[in-house]
Amino acid sequence: MSEQTPALRLENITKTFPGVKALDDVSFSVLPGEVHALMGENGAGKSTLMKVLGGLHQPDDGQIIVGEQPVRMASPLDAKSKGIVFIHQELSLADELTVAENIYLGELPRKRFGLVDWRRLYAQTNEILKRLNVSFDARALVGDLSIANQQMVEIARALTVDAKAVIFDEPTASLTDAEKVVLFDVISDLKSSGVGIIYISHRMEEIFKITDRISVLRDGAYRGTLETSKTNDEDITQLMIGRTLDLSRNLAHHDVGDVVLKVDNLSCGHLYENVSFEVRHGEVVGFYGLVGAGRTAIAETLFGLREPTAGRIYLDGQPTRIHSPADAIRRGISLVPEDRKAQGLVLGMNCRDNMTLPQVDDLKAGPFVAEGAEIAIFDQYRDRLDIRTPGWRQSVGNLSGGNQQKIVIGKWLSMHPNVLIVDEPTRGIDVGSKSEIHNLIRDLAGLGYAVIVISSEMPEVLHVSDRIVAMFSGKIMRTFTSEEVTEDNLIQAISGLSADKVA
Amino acid sequence: MEPGTLSTYLKRGAIWGFIVLELIFFSIAGEFLSLSDKPFMDLDNMLLLFKQSAPIGIIAIGMTLIMINGNIDLSVGAIFAMSAVIFLDSMTWPIFAGLGDAVIPVAWVLALLTGVGLGAINGLIVWKTGVDAFIVTLGAMLGYRGLVFMYNGEQPTSHLNWTLVDFAEAQFLGIHTATWFLLGVTLVLWFIMTRTVHGRNAYAIGDNREAAVNAGIRVGPHFLINFMIIGFLAALSAVVFYAESGSVNPNDGELYELWAITAVVLGGTKLAGGSGSIISTFGGVLAIQLLRKGLGHIGADTETVNLVIGLILIAVLFLDRQLNLKGREALRI
Repeated sequence: MSEQTPALRLENITKTFPGVKALDDVSFSVLPGEVHALMGENGAGKSTLMKVLGGLHQPDDGQIIVGEQPVRMASPLDAKSKGIVFIHQELSLADELTVAENIYLGELPRKRFGLVDWRRLYAQTNEILKRLNVSFDARALVGDLSIANQQMVEIARALTVDAKAVIFDEPTASLTDAEKVVLFDVISDLKSSGVGIIYISHRMEEIFKITDRISVLRDGAYRGTLETSKTNDEDITQLMIGRTLDLSRNLAHHDVGDVVLKVDNLSCGHLYENVSFEVRHGEVVGFYGLVGAGRTAIAETLFGLREPTAGRIYLDGQPTRIHSPADAIRRGISLVPEDRKAQGLVLGMNCRDNMTLPQVDDLKAGPFVAEGAEIAIFDQYRDRLDIRTPGWRQSVGNLSGGNQQKIVIGKWLSMHPNVLIVDEPTRGIDVGSKSEIHNLIRDLAGLGYAVIVISSEMPEVLHVSDRIVAMFSGKIMRTFTSEEVTEDNLIQAISGLSADKVA
Repeated sequence: MEPGTLSTYLKRGAIWGFIVLELIFFSIAGEFLSLSDKPFMDLDNMLLLFKQSAPIGIIAIGMTLIMINGNIDLSVGAIFAMSAVIFLDSMTWPIFAGLGDAVIPVAWVLALLTGVGLGAINGLIVWKTGVDAFIVTLGAMLGYRGLVFMYNGEQPTSHLNWTLVDFAEAQFLGIHTATWFLLGVTLVLWFIMTRTVHGRNAYAIGDNREAAVNAGIRVGPHFLINFMIIGFLAALSAVVFYAESGSVNPNDGELYELWAITAVVLGGTKLAGGSGSIISTFGGVLAIQLLRKGLGHIGADTETVNLVIGLILIAVLFLDRQLNLKGREALRI
């Protein structure tokens, strides 16, 4: 095996963004006919590496070698023409076009006068589809296909070029078990035809099932390659998280009070099933899991944005139904959403108006808004949360991410909620503001608030939470107390390995 | 001064600068080209200009609220016509025969209720079906116009009440009745938009609907109220205008929706919603009427007037876009 020329080789790739070294001297290679897993935590550099490989980013240093040729990927199209094909987690297909049109988009076979040669198009497509052994026809509309079949269309697209390496990015995220089996068959076919495959996934089960070797990235650097047959999940986790945490865990421990929020066997379609947990006064409960594990859907249900299909929510012991955000706010549940610009802030409005938006109706003097009262609230929370802005007239769109997040948090704190849900509290926020927000969350618990933190960053969850709920594909795998939790058992729980449920 | 303040003031003031330019241009050009020997900026002429601005102006003020919301209402012209028909016709209904001039307030209330009711239908459909306001009011535009034709066929609906005519032609403090209505509506809507919760919510919903929902704002009822407001204003516009003319053709009010939108856009309100100002729309209304009158003053015919207004509208939006792009580039540096 070691005698072979690799299908794809990355040598000393380095990529720096302002203030961050995203990739530091990364080298690894994929052999023809090999399935090579690329693993690492969120933020370890996997996606940056793939963007370099796909021509979306240019490396500062290092080179990419396809076969024996050093190449420069100028653009995604260029990467494809050099035989590097991506199957993305999010599919990029045109729903209203047929399978064949999607597969040959931009390079439809032509006849004279530039007319499309439909017969050749469908014949070629059906030939590829036969290789994939799929059940649909070249003339089917992509929008009518299941997600799994749409993924097959993407794969078929990869087969139209002479692919040297195919990169699968979390391909099973939205597939059922049966569909996964089909996908793995296709991967093994590709493999036997001599294509090198990079397989990015967090799911240990799959990694052990289909990969030959595993390379691990951590903090932007290459940490080693393991032979899948000679390793186990503990070694891999070790390699993935082998850092010393600069954050001390759980800054301060508070006494927790009564249960505020209790969720009993709540389900919402396929998004999550039979979820039960409770949150007490003075407690931060962290929700950790992969993207799509159902954490945000639970938050949206509690905030009235989704109707649960089964189960009950109790607030202070009383069964409660929450039909809209207005309902949730009235009952003292507030949500700091995942995407603060799209969901949390009115960017064109000033700081004061954003902060008082949910309660402006209560701040009236006769028919008019009492602007004095609004300014008083803004000033109070600007000081308390240390929001840095020239004044309340400043448009929120001009603030830094950290200060914007503080406006959203201040918006809810000024209404004294019972339960504060914070989804990805520090996404897109610089390191300094991150720790401020972490401290703030701990302080809030200290003041008796019940806080739910949803995060995809393990250090963050470990740092701020009193208890951690680990989720995997819509189910709670385990609930850890801060004494029990280790990076090891947490990463195993969210990869779907340990199903033992501890109350 | 905070960053961006100057450019904000410049942009807000742009429509007034444009009006001043128009006044200067038509005053000077009028000296050479006009057939009349009266100066363009004659007081009576200007007072008349305000009065003539009123019918579309009152609707445009309401359209500003709708467009700040991120919606649009194409049915205002048809609501205008339907309310006018009810207004004039109801004064001849036998059941009101004994009322004498007391029929006037009754007819007013009926016409205004017609406007509010038709607006409410639009609002309810937008709220309950989630269909885009453009489509809903496009359908309503055709449907309501159909109602107008069903009412009296191709025939005009006429009723002249001399008390009403006197009322419409009165000049309180030198200003015409219609102008007072326009000023009053502008003032009230300006207060609503700048000082009340409803106005605050309108901007928030237009700028970021999802964030507004997440702040607990009930967007559907909010839309309903706004469509009722613009329905009311379209009816009010009809009530004021037909007090004087006394006869409504089934085609009256056609294209009013587009003139109103033109005025709103000239005033700087974004089609996408989230920003805009009532006072600037008032400026936009005046600017259009000035153009019409001014071009007429120097001898241009109606076709030319429309062509020029169309060109100016596009030029203004192009300029606005250029200015905005400049601003963004400056931010990046």
